[in-house]
Amino acid sequence: MPSLFILIPLFGLMILNLPLKGLMRAIAFWFAAALFFTEIIVSISHHPIFWNNSLEVFDTFFTMDFSIDNLSFLALLSVGIVSLASLTVARYMIADRDHRFDFINLLIIASIGMSGIAMVRDIFSMYVFIEVTAVASFIMIASRRNASALEGAFKYIMLSFIASAMMLAAVALLILISGNTSFTALHRAISAAPTSLAASLATGLFICGLLIKGGIVPFHGWLPDAYSAAPAPASVLLAGILTKASGVYTLIRITVSVFGFSSPLEKVLLFAGAASVLTGAFAALVQEDFKRMLSYSSISQIGYIVMGLGAGTELGVLGAIFHFFNHAVFKTLLFVNSAAVEDKTGTVDMSRMGGLSSRMPVTGATSVMGFLSTAGVPPLAGFWSKLMIIIALWLSGHRIYAAIAIMAGVITLGYLLMMQRRVFFGEVAQGMEAVKEAHPGFQIAASALAFLCIATGVFFPLIYLKIILPAKEIFLH
Amino acid sequence: MAVSALWTVMCRSLLKAAIGLALTSAIITMLMFRLNSPLAAVFELSVCAGLITAVFVSTISLTKPLTHKEIMEISRERFKRFVYLPVILGLLGLALTRLKLPLDFAFPPAAPENDVRVIMWNMREIDLFGQIAVILGGAFGIVMLFREAKRR
Repeated sequence: MPSLFILIPLFGLMILNLPLKGLMRAIAFWFAAALFFTEIIVSISHHPIFWNNSLEVFDTFFTMDFSIDNLSFLALLSVGIVSLASLTVARYMIADRDHRFDFINLLIIASIGMSGIAMVRDIFSMYVFIEVTAVASFIMIASRRNASALEGAFKYIMLSFIASAMMLAAVALLILISGNTSFTALHRAISAAPTSLAASLATGLFICGLLIKGGIVPFHGWLPDAYSAAPAPASVLLAGILTKASGVYTLIRITVSVFGFSSPLEKVLLFAGAASVLTGAFAALVQEDFKRMLSYSSISQIGYIVMGLGAGTELGVLGAIFHFFNHAVFKTLLFVNSAAVEDKTGTVDMSRMGGLSSRMPVTGATSVMGFLSTAGVPPLAGFWSKLMIIIALWLSGHRIYAAIAIMAGVITLGYLLMMQRRVFFGEVAQGMEAVKEAHPGFQIAASALAFLCIATGVFFPLIYLKIILPAKEIFLH
Repeated sequence: MAVSALWTVMCRSLLKAAIGLALTSAIITMLMFRLNSPLAAVFELSVCAGLITAVFVSTISLTKPLTHKEIMEISRERFKRFVYLPVILGLLGLALTRLKLPLDFAFPPAAPENDVRVIMWNMREIDLFGQIAVILGGAFGIVMLFREAKRR
């Protein structure tokens, strides 16, 4: 029944757009909320009734061959959590009913793309679903229709097209090598000819395409413009999961299941990861725009995931997977809070803010949880995933990269403390006296995400044994 | 194909560029027929030359036309920027044909025996749904981005 994650939203979308405007606009939010909530529940439960059974009625017409493992569960869980948070933000921030309805449509399309990416085991199908997310992202970024939004969207679409062309060329080469596009067949063909020039070329092109999609240095130029220019609910989705599903989850999956680890690939991943960690952290230090600072922080945190993968060991990959999930949670929390601040103050300029904790106590307190988890402060979730990555780098002999990861953690703590002090601590800034706490919808979303940061960290041994460790089955081909 | 692709990028009018894109797709279709891939050719013709051109033309109809002066300025800038593009493309093509890269694979034979229904519905059903989602995304994009123009 995993195919229901594609079929229900797709047919639901068609029904929502039937010419019954008032009724469909009223139920669109609840349909999307039920969809994402169900995704969260079935991803946590791993229940065989849902995942292993098939519906005979559906099987008569649809025979989609999806495959689910523990990495897919974690990705689907992240998709559900972030999509639900983005939907909540959209409900309270997009005042125009038509625009809100359009955004919900796009959110459902993006969730189809991300769920497809998490469940396919075929490189061409993966490419198709990456394109689904790319189309939805581009429209979300451009939807404000001002100069900066169009600039951000244009940069994104240009780089995204280059990445797509590279990935498509790689897929063509891989079909020539193996005659098939399934992960298993490709892995077999590439393992049989490790020195093949065509295989190396395909690996290089595909990985390069994914690095562009993931906004990893040196291909990160589009990311801060896109995240900061997009409307707040779109920023939550883009920063929380969308970019990572199409560029980072795919990188982990393809590297482990198709191309396999090799010394040149590990070097590329380690270098790109370290460059991202440092570039993102240093750039975040000097930002005045709240959302732009968080965007650079995302580049830095994605760098950790890539470095963990570059370690080329089981521990490194598990650390990368765990940080992928943690980053989805704490970055979504920070972007939800930035949306709440933008909604109440009308600005994202940190130089005009100050003392908002006294006016927005829930937003301020949950923001502390978000930034402490991002900075890797124990016992919050971010600490454990960063620790796993650093230990993996150290044990695999990449000690300089381990040192870079530790140093960047200190810089992360620095810029996030500066953000917290400038936005939430101290005396109330001039013109901010009348600011009130965010809508209860924002508060519930932020509190749930903050709770997740704490619970994942405090119950780390349980989470590690039950959720993270089983993900190593991706090494079994 | 290269000439029509270059014309698409360089021409002044958006509408002519959309037609140039359709022409490029039509030539790619012919190449695909020549390479014994009729199925890919049919899809290239129907989706790229047909559907996408229709979407582009309807989108362009909603945009504000530029003045003659603006068009001349933009095309001058564009010419300066892309004047070396045909030369680079030519040299790159020549280099790739002369280099004889040791690409160690044999071209698999085309499989024309499967008809469209078998390939799309039995072999690539997942991709079919992905493509429907892409088309829906494009349609929502046009509705969303041009709603204001419609309102005005």
